[in-house]
Amino acid sequence: MGLRLGSNRKLALLAILLLTPLLSGCGQDFLLLKPAGPVARTEMHLMERAAIPMGIVILFVIVLLAIVVIRFRDTPDNKAPYTPDWHGSKRLETIWFVIPVLILAFISVPMVKQTFKLAKVPVTSGDPITIDVVSIDWKWLFEYPGQKVATVNYVKIPVNTPVLFELTAYSPMNTFWVPQLGGMEYTMPGRVLPLWLQASYAGVYTGRSANFSGSGYAKMIFSVDAVSSSQFQSWISQVASTASPLTGPEYQSLLQQDLVQTQTYYGYPSYTFPSQLNGFTLNGGMYIASPLPSKKSTSA
Amino acid sequence: MGAIIAKLFPPSTYDSAIILGADAAIILVSAAVVIILTKYKRWQWLWKEWITSADHKKIGIMYLIVAVTMLFRGGVDALMMRSQLAIPDNTLLTANHYDEIFTTHGTIMVFFMAMPFIFALFNVAVPLLIGARDVAFPRLNAISLWLTIFAALLFNVSFVIGGSPNAGWTAYPPLTEMSFNPGLGQNYYLMSLLISGVGTVATGVNFLVTIIRMRAPGMTLMRMPMFVWSALVTSALIIFAFPALTVALALTLLDRVGGSTFFTLGHGGMPMMYVNLFWIWGHPEVYILVLPAFGVFSEVVATFSQKRLFGYSTMVVSVLAITALSFGVWVHHFFTMGAGASINVFFGLSTMLIAIPTGVKVFNWIFTMWQGRVRLTVPMLYALAFIPTFVIGGASGVMLATVPADYQLNNTYFLVAHFHNVLIGGVVFGLLAGMYYWWPKMFGYMLDERWGRRAFWLFFVGFWVTFVPQYFLGLEGMPRRIFTYPAGLGWTGLNQISTVGAFMMGAGFVVLVYDILYSVLHMVRDTTGDPWNGRTLEWSLPSPVPEYNFAVVPIVNDRDAWWEMKRSGNGQPNWPSAKAIRGLHVPKHSAQPFFLGLSFFILGWGVVYEWWWIALFGLVAVLASLVYAMMDYDEVEEIDPDTIRGIEGRFGRLQA
Repeated sequence: MGLRLGSNRKLALLAILLLTPLLSGCGQDFLLLKPAGPVARTEMHLMERAAIPMGIVILFVIVLLAIVVIRFRDTPDNKAPYTPDWHGSKRLETIWFVIPVLILAFISVPMVKQTFKLAKVPVTSGDPITIDVVSIDWKWLFEYPGQKVATVNYVKIPVNTPVLFELTAYSPMNTFWVPQLGGMEYTMPGRVLPLWLQASYAGVYTGRSANFSGSGYAKMIFSVDAVSSSQFQSWISQVASTASPLTGPEYQSLLQQDLVQTQTYYGYPSYTFPSQLNGFTLNGGMYIASPLPSKKSTSA
Repeated sequence: MGAIIAKLFPPSTYDSAIILGADAAIILVSAAVVIILTKYKRWQWLWKEWITSADHKKIGIMYLIVAVTMLFRGGVDALMMRSQLAIPDNTLLTANHYDEIFTTHGTIMVFFMAMPFIFALFNVAVPLLIGARDVAFPRLNAISLWLTIFAALLFNVSFVIGGSPNAGWTAYPPLTEMSFNPGLGQNYYLMSLLISGVGTVATGVNFLVTIIRMRAPGMTLMRMPMFVWSALVTSALIIFAFPALTVALALTLLDRVGGSTFFTLGHGGMPMMYVNLFWIWGHPEVYILVLPAFGVFSEVVATFSQKRLFGYSTMVVSVLAITALSFGVWVHHFFTMGAGASINVFFGLSTMLIAIPTGVKVFNWIFTMWQGRVRLTVPMLYALAFIPTFVIGGASGVMLATVPADYQLNNTYFLVAHFHNVLIGGVVFGLLAGMYYWWPKMFGYMLDERWGRRAFWLFFVGFWVTFVPQYFLGLEGMPRRIFTYPAGLGWTGLNQISTVGAFMMGAGFVVLVYDILYSVLHMVRDTTGDPWNGRTLEWSLPSPVPEYNFAVVPIVNDRDAWWEMKRSGNGQPNWPSAKAIRGLHVPKHSAQPFFLGLSFFILGWGVVYEWWWIALFGLVAVLASLVYAMMDYDEVEEIDPDTIRGIEGRFGRLQA
C-alpha cells in the first residue's frame, strides 16, 4: 500500500513537470507549429493527423494498463477473477490487429497523397524562381541563376511565389532547413537535390543546417528574407547597380573552413554550381547533376 | 620521439580541466583495481575462474560487467552533454569536445552497453531456458566475449591516447574522410567496431545453432519460451545485418588509410552509399536491440502475473513479422536524401506496418495480466513502465514515418527524444528488468527490492523529465548535435528541465549500483533456486547454477515447463535418482580466447596509428592463436558422477 501512495505522489510530480513546458511555451517558439508557407503547413497538418489518433491510443493504453494493474494486483483480499491458464482469445487478438490497421490507414492515405504533391513545384501560383544553394564549411552560398545575384548566409525571396532550391555541397553533408517554410533536405557533394518552399507572409525566417558537419556546424545559420514582389525586384536592381561580382579568389576564400558574415555579389563564376552543360569538376571527379525539368524553363 | 609523443597525446586528450580530471580518474580507478587484486591475492583466481572460463554463465556475468561499466561511461558522456546545453552560449565544453562526447555516447551505448548487455542475458538464460548444458560452441563463445572486451578497450583507449572520434556514432562520410577528419579518432571508431563485429557475428551463429540444435527433448519450437524465440530471431538478424556494417566500415577504413575513394567527396566517391549500407545494418540493429527486451518482458510479465502468456502463437508470428519487416525500412533514416516520392512512400508505409505486430504484442502483454495476479517486483515495475513508454515512443515513430512530417522532424531533438524513448523505454528497461529477474540465478542472492524500487523511480521519472522537453525542443526547431545555442529562442528552459532529468537518471544509476553493493553486504540467499515462483526451466535449477547446468536433462511437456512440473508433482518436483546421474562433459578452460582478443587489440591499435609493424605483429599473433585453437582437440573435461551426486545431494535434489 505504501508503494501505491508513494507512486501516486511521484506521478503527480511527474505530471506537473511534464505540463510546465506546455504552459510556459504558449506556442510562441514552436516554429514547426507556426508555419509561414504552404509546405510547412501541409507538414504540420500531417503531424497533427498522426499525433491525434496516436494520442488516443496512448491514453487508452495507459488507462487500460492502470485498470489492469489495480484490479488484478496480487493482494490477499483481491476478489477479481484469476484464470492462470487463460492464454488467448482469437476474437480479442483480431480486434487489436484490425484497429491499428485502420488507424494507420487513416494516417497513411493523406501521407501518400501529400508526399507526391510536395515533390512537385506547383506552377499555378505565379512563376517559380530558382535559387542554387551550396553548403560550404560552414556557410551557405546562394546563387540566383535568373538574376545573376549571389549571396552568402542570407537569401531574399518574393512572397507567394514558389521557390525551387537546388541543393548541393562543397563540403561534408548538411541539411538545408527553414522550419517555418518547410522541412529539410540534404546537401550532398556530387548530387543536386530539389526542394521547393514558399512564403505566404513577408518576414525574416531563420534557416540552418540540421546535419552535423564539424566544429562550425552549430553556427551554420542563415536568414530567409521574404519580401513583396516589387521589393524583391528593386532589391535585384539595387544589387545589380551596387554589388561587385564574386571573383575566383573570393570564391576560393569562401571554401576555407570558417564562419563568415553575410555577403552580396552581382555575377559569379558558373563553375561554382554543377550543371549538366559544363560538367562540374572537383579534384578530377565529375559531379552528376540530377535532371531537374523545371530548371530549363527558369534559367533560360 | 617528440613526434611520436605528439601523435600519442594530441591536444584534445589534455586541453581542458574536465578531460584531465577524467584521465586522472581512469588512472586512479585502474590503479585501485590492480592494488586490490594484488593485496587480496586474486590474480590467479581471476585468471583461472574467469578469464579462461568457457562456461556460458560466467561469460554472461563478464558481459554484464562490461555493459554496466559502459553504461557508466556512456552516462557520464550524456551528463556532460546535458551540462553543456543547460545554459545558452555555454563554454564548459568546446565544440570539438562536445562532438567527441556525443559520438562516444552513441557508439558506446549501442555497441558496448546494449549489445554486451543483451549477450549477457542470452548467455545467462538461453541455455538454461532450453534445458541445455552449454552453448553449441563454448570456446567460440569465449572468443566473442574477449573480442567484445578488447574492442571496448580499444574504443575507450582513444580518450587517453590519440583522441576520441568526433563524427557522430553514424560517422557519415565525407566528414570522416582523412582531409576533413585528420585525427586518429575515426580510426579507433572503425577498428573497434570491426573487431567487436566479428565477436557479435560469432555470438549470432552460436546462439542460432544452440537454439536450433540443443533444446531438451520435448521442447518443440512452439514450446520455446518467448525469450528464446527473441534470441533466435535476434541471432538471425545479427548474421544477416552485421556484414553490411562491416563492409561500410571496412571501405571507410580503406578510404582513410588505403587511399581508395568509395565514399569520398571528390574522385567520384558516393557518400550516400555509406549511408545506405550503414542503415541496412542500422535498422535491423534497432530490432537486434529491442527484440531481446521484448523477450524479457514476455517472461517477466507472465511470471509476475502468475498466468500463462497471452496469445503465444501471435507473439511468435509478430516477432517473425518484425524480423522480416526490419530489413525493409532502412530508407526512413534518410527520407530527406532525395530518393524520390515513390521510394519514400514505400519506406514510410513499410515503417508504419511494423507498428501493427508491435501493437499486437503490447495488448497481449496487457492481457497476460488480465485475470492474473500482478506482483509489483522490480523487474515487473520495469515491464509496466515499458508499456506506456514504448507506446509513446512508437507513436512518435509513426509521426516520423509520415514522410512529409519527417522532413521537419528529422535531425531535430524530436528525433533524439523518439529514439531514446524506444531505446531507453524499450531496450534499457528490458535489460534492467532482465538483470533484476535473473540476478539470483546468476549470483545466488537477491537484489534488494527496496533500493531497486528507488533506483527504478529515479530512472523512470528522470527519463520522462529528460525527454519530454526534447520533443518540444524539436518542435521549436532545435537540431541535434549542436554544441551550443544563443539565448532568446525559447530553448533555454526546456534544455534546463532536460538536464535536471538527466541528472535524475544519473542518480538512478548510482542508486542501482548502491543496490548491488547493499545486496552483496546484506546477502539474502536464494536457497530454493526458484525465488519468483517461475515458469521456465532455469528456475528448476539451484542458484547459482552448477557448472554442468542439468544433472539430468529434463523432458519438456509444456510451454511453461517448470510451472507444469511443479503443478503435476503437487509442488514437489520429481528429482532424479542417484543412479540416473552419469558423468558429464564440460568445456575446458582455455587462455586462447583471451590471447586472440589481445592479438586483435594489437592489430587494431597498429592500424589506428598506421604503425604497420605493430599491426603485422598483431596479425601474426591472431593467426598463431587461430592455428593453436585449430590443433587443440582437448576441449572438454569430464565431471565424474560422484561429484555431481554430491552437488545435487547438497541441494536436496536427489531422490531418497
